[in-house]
Amino acid sequence: MNYSLSDEIKLPPPSSREVAGLSLRNVDLRETSRRRLKLKVQEFFIEKFLFLNGLTSIIIIALIFIFLFKEGVKAFTEIKPFQFIGTHIINFSGQEVFAYIWQPVGEQGKYSLAPLVLGSLLVAIPATVIATILGVGSGVYLAEIASRRRREWMKPVIELLAGIPTVIIGFLCLSFLGTAVQNLFHTSFRLNAFVGALGVSLVIVPVIATITDDTIRAIPDDLREAAYALGATRWETIWKVLIPAGISGITASIILGMGRALGETMIVLMATGNAALVTLDIFSSVRTMTATIAAELGAVAQGSAQYYALFLVGATIFTFTFFLNLIAEVVINRMREKLKL
Amino acid sequence: MKKIIGIVLAGMVFLALGSLQAAEHITVKGSDTMVILAQKWAETYMKAHKDVTIMVTGGGSGTGIAALINGTTTLANSSRPIKPKEMKDAKSNNIVPMENKVAMDALAVIVNAQNLVNELSIPQLEAIYTGKINNWKEVGGPDHRVMRYSRESNSGTYVFFKEHVMHDKDYAPDCQNMPGTSAVAEAVSKDSWGIGYGGVAYFAKMKELKVLRIKKDDKSKGVSPLKQDGTVDFEAVWKTEYPVARYLYCYSIGKPSGKVQEYLNWVLSKEGQTIVEEIGYVPLKQMK
Amino acid sequence: MKCKRQLSGMIFEWTARSFTLISMIALITILGVLFLKGSQVITWEFLTSEPLDGMTRGGIFPAIFGTISVTLLMIILALPLGVASAIYLVEYAGTGFLARTIRAAVNNLAGVPSIVFGLFGVGFFILFLGRNIDKVLQTGLLFGQPAMLWAAATLSILVLPVVIVSTEEAIRAVPLSHREAAYALGATKFQVISRVVLPQSLPGILTGAILSVSRGAGETAPILFTGCAYFLPRLPVVTIPYLNIPMINPLDQFMELSYHLFIMATQSIDAQATRPIQYGTAFVLITLTFLLNLSAISLRIYFRRRHKRR
Repeated sequence: MNYSLSDEIKLPPPSSREVAGLSLRNVDLRETSRRRLKLKVQEFFIEKFLFLNGLTSIIIIALIFIFLFKEGVKAFTEIKPFQFIGTHIINFSGQEVFAYIWQPVGEQGKYSLAPLVLGSLLVAIPATVIATILGVGSGVYLAEIASRRRREWMKPVIELLAGIPTVIIGFLCLSFLGTAVQNLFHTSFRLNAFVGALGVSLVIVPVIATITDDTIRAIPDDLREAAYALGATRWETIWKVLIPAGISGITASIILGMGRALGETMIVLMATGNAALVTLDIFSSVRTMTATIAAELGAVAQGSAQYYALFLVGATIFTFTFFLNLIAEVVINRMREKLKL
Repeated sequence: MKKIIGIVLAGMVFLALGSLQAAEHITVKGSDTMVILAQKWAETYMKAHKDVTIMVTGGGSGTGIAALINGTTTLANSSRPIKPKEMKDAKSNNIVPMENKVAMDALAVIVNAQNLVNELSIPQLEAIYTGKINNWKEVGGPDHRVMRYSRESNSGTYVFFKEHVMHDKDYAPDCQNMPGTSAVAEAVSKDSWGIGYGGVAYFAKMKELKVLRIKKDDKSKGVSPLKQDGTVDFEAVWKTEYPVARYLYCYSIGKPSGKVQEYLNWVLSKEGQTIVEEIGYVPLKQMK
Repeated sequence: MKCKRQLSGMIFEWTARSFTLISMIALITILGVLFLKGSQVITWEFLTSEPLDGMTRGGIFPAIFGTISVTLLMIILALPLGVASAIYLVEYAGTGFLARTIRAAVNNLAGVPSIVFGLFGVGFFILFLGRNIDKVLQTGLLFGQPAMLWAAATLSILVLPVVIVSTEEAIRAVPLSHREAAYALGATKFQVISRVVLPQSLPGILTGAILSVSRGAGETAPILFTGCAYFLPRLPVVTIPYLNIPMINPLDQFMELSYHLFIMATQSIDAQATRPIQYGTAFVLITLTFLLNLSAISLRIYFRRRHKRR
């Protein structure tokens, strides 16, 4: 509503101290039109001020893009672009092979992004899989199966899981989850991608669970009633009617969860061993993009090749998560429109 | 409305006044190997000198030197000498780092106490860490994969080990890079097949670890940085019998002056060097 | 005699139930372990003294103080910005392209990795803004280094989406009839917002503030390089001359609970000896964040109930 009623009626607006009801006493038309003008000018500046504030989020995202890419692009001046894939080295048998190595400190710095990207994916994908199973299950349970009173306290409990500082989860992975997993699965590496994935999944489960729960609850009742009327059991309704109906929301939550998993820093820094290996073995140590930045940023001298390379890594992970978030946003918007019709 | 603006302005004025009063303190950044030493020095010095505040941060020798070059620290601890390229970067920022040797350290190589191996030669260490040797049985141990633990690239210990033990070859990609020496200690203590390295002070008291004797080459005698009773063997380090001994440095911006110089003089004095001994490092020879 | 469909339905439902239980058990285990191992260390001395002897003894007071200071500064920066953004979004922006873009930006900001914020904090706040302020004010290297101010600024853009979303929700909850009544009395748009809508949305805004404080206190990656110190027993306070009032110095570095836990767990001298203190720090940190989260959630439930009754 962008109008003031007094504009239309063209009577001076009562001051805030007057009670409802028009009063023509103590009215000085010149003074009140001056006051009205002052208020109009105030309104104009306030609106502009709020407009600038509203733009803040856009400005911040733009700034992040600009600064990361500005510094990251400089990496290409010091390091040949092809080196970001791999370099030629001579292996122990004397042959020249093409190797994917990230080892920026040394006579010849090696900047292959391959082990880092692979490391991030090797943690994020299993974490998302585990979290999807647990999260969709929990979301479905909260939305359809749990009684109203149970849901009232269970939902906040799951949300509390999202509130645990990630450094504490990383700390617990480091101090006893690693050993527990090693005893259970007899892994060679005590700190590996699997331990990291377990920790990260704890953080993502609430994301997927709450969005799934909201999605399913938003589905109109007529769908449910129609299914029951046709004789479906509760589970059949959930599995064959509700989940398909809410699939966009659920997919969006999984995409958001994956974005969050890729971006997680502290847990992977403490729990994955930080070895820059190119491997698909989930029980091997890995080095994620985020952990690389966290581990190496403090040490670089400004303006060195490694410094720019780290900004390039940051730009890469930011691009990944940016697009994942954008896709999730589009999916959710489409779902909202569909549900309105 | 005016009240709110008034309060906000008053708050900003307070903040401004507060910030311009930036305290006179000495910032010490750098070597993770030295950080316990730096902390103990700071603690002891501040007790006796109430007017000085010393702030200690770790982060690795590379971090310290980088901070010195960027001008964000007063002193930089480093467990390796400054590189020529870093000197150049510093000079282009109008900063001339001055090197001060403050202590010595025996870089120990550790394995799990259950490991049967007792000594290794430098060529063997190089082969293990570059990835040429992958099984313990190749060096006289049990038949199992070698689990290598290393430090992050910002660590002076990492760089020193790379230059002096590995002769500048690359580390094997499957080295698990731990953020600090104590993480290396913990990891190897929990891994029967692990091998790691770091300042000996971190390992001396841990019974789950075994400090290896190091041979210069296959024909020499193995020398341990520890004496029979488990304390650090200073003579072995001073006489360079132990092959992997090194100096610990503290870089200042130019020649130190004023409070910084007083602090450094104290560090090099008998009191400061006694603390070096207590922590488990090796004091400088002339102090004894 | 239940037919096959009903039986399989029951099995699946029990599976879903158990998944929920697993999530809750994980939470309770974490809390339990921290409580059991951490509460042994918690004494009044632990909470009020400084770390000694290379963190193997002593307490964590500087870390607690630092955490409170930086989150306070963060909220001062984030709250006005977030509330103003949300007001604009709800009251002025409508549903056009601009509104959708702003909303997309807010949602995207919520998903940015925390280390990217750290990178941005170093690259933009310290190196760009700080160094330029130094050049303009000729203060040498005062603003261009890691400081509480920049750490708080970095944290504030991290929690901005939380503030914006909670405020938006609170403002939208104010019934249309209240606004119409105000307009009918002749109020201008801003008067409607400041005198009718905002006072009623204060509980929601408060919830948002509490949630963002909880989030900010728990994040480590953004402050790793923008202001935290490993060992700084002196508190980041300074006394204003002539007035003799102690004040938080925003250009100082500080100790912080989550950073302290990280450093002790990975880089402390003797990880085994400091274990009890690590658990103690984790316990204090999680108690802090949980109390904040719980109070925010209960506030939200309480005010939703009050609304429904109207």
